[in-house]
Amino acid sequence: MVHPFLFLQYLRGILIPLLFPNAMNLGGEALENAQKAVDTITYSWLVMAFLIILSLLTIKGLKRMPGRFQNFMELLFGTIETMVTETMGKHGKAFLPLIATLFLFILISNLIGLLPGFFPPTANINTTLALAVIVVVLTHLVGIKCHGFSYIKHFLGPVWWLAWMIFIIEVISHISRVLSLSLRLFGNIGGHEVVIMVVFMLVPFLVPLVMTVLGLLIAVIQSVVFMYLSMIYIQGAAEEAH
Amino acid sequence: MDFLSACVLAAGIGMGLGAVGPGIGGGMVVGSALEGMSRNPGASGKLLTTMFVGFALIESLAIYALVVVLIILYANPYKEVALKAMEHLAK
Repeated sequence: MVHPFLFLQYLRGILIPLLFPNAMNLGGEALENAQKAVDTITYSWLVMAFLIILSLLTIKGLKRMPGRFQNFMELLFGTIETMVTETMGKHGKAFLPLIATLFLFILISNLIGLLPGFFPPTANINTTLALAVIVVVLTHLVGIKCHGFSYIKHFLGPVWWLAWMIFIIEVISHISRVLSLSLRLFGNIGGHEVVIMVVFMLVPFLVPLVMTVLGLLIAVIQSVVFMYLSMIYIQGAAEEAH
Repeated sequence: MDFLSACVLAAGIGMGLGAVGPGIGGGMVVGSALEGMSRNPGASGKLLTTMFVGFALIESLAIYALVVVLIILYANPYKEVALKAMEHLAK
């Protein structure tokens, strides 16, 4: 079950011989997997280029009395900054670039999937896994930086004679954070793609419209939830132990 | 019962049962959010935001079931073993 037509599929001819040189000879399933990987890469580049151009356009004409576009960007970043300082406190401002980038990248990637001819890069588990690993490794680094070696007290629980059990449970809980963050985003967006393709096969007339509206809601909510969870995990590592 | 029928049966039953719990839980979340909003309409902004975040977290359990079903149907790890057994039987 593949996309019938993507706008950037012409880049497949350049990138597949470069990155997966055996796939052209093997054909069949290996070629399909290589095509899916290359689609994810090219559409990630598209989202990155869009965000970079958006920010360059915002910076270029900064005025004291903002026009419409600058007003909109100020509203967007003001909202994100309010959410960050509300959840993470004063010292949370240092994480504002990361949280805003996560939010905007995931939001634009999800929204692109609703347009015909575009493939959402978050519908590939590699993208979501990379984002989740970045967030979880960052929580550990923040914990070590804020608390030094006594960061291990976060994993040992309130009493010393339960420490071995609580340590195992905390390690499993941290591994499950990676899995849950990545699988939640991948399942929502990838599952939505599968559902849209099936619905187009069954009833092409008006039902895909309803599914696309649901997809719009899912796209926005999943990006907000990813952002909130990252903030809560980082805040949990930076605060005092139990 | 052969391999492919078992896969399809597992996919159907798995997703069906996996949507029962999150469905009930999601209904309880939205119900209590509505009750809170009716008691205190001034807090409805904060309640709405928390309701959406909470619902997405609960819905992710149904999404885990969906991911397992998709793995069974499209990326089945026992495909090669089953295909070899079927070729063996066909001889």
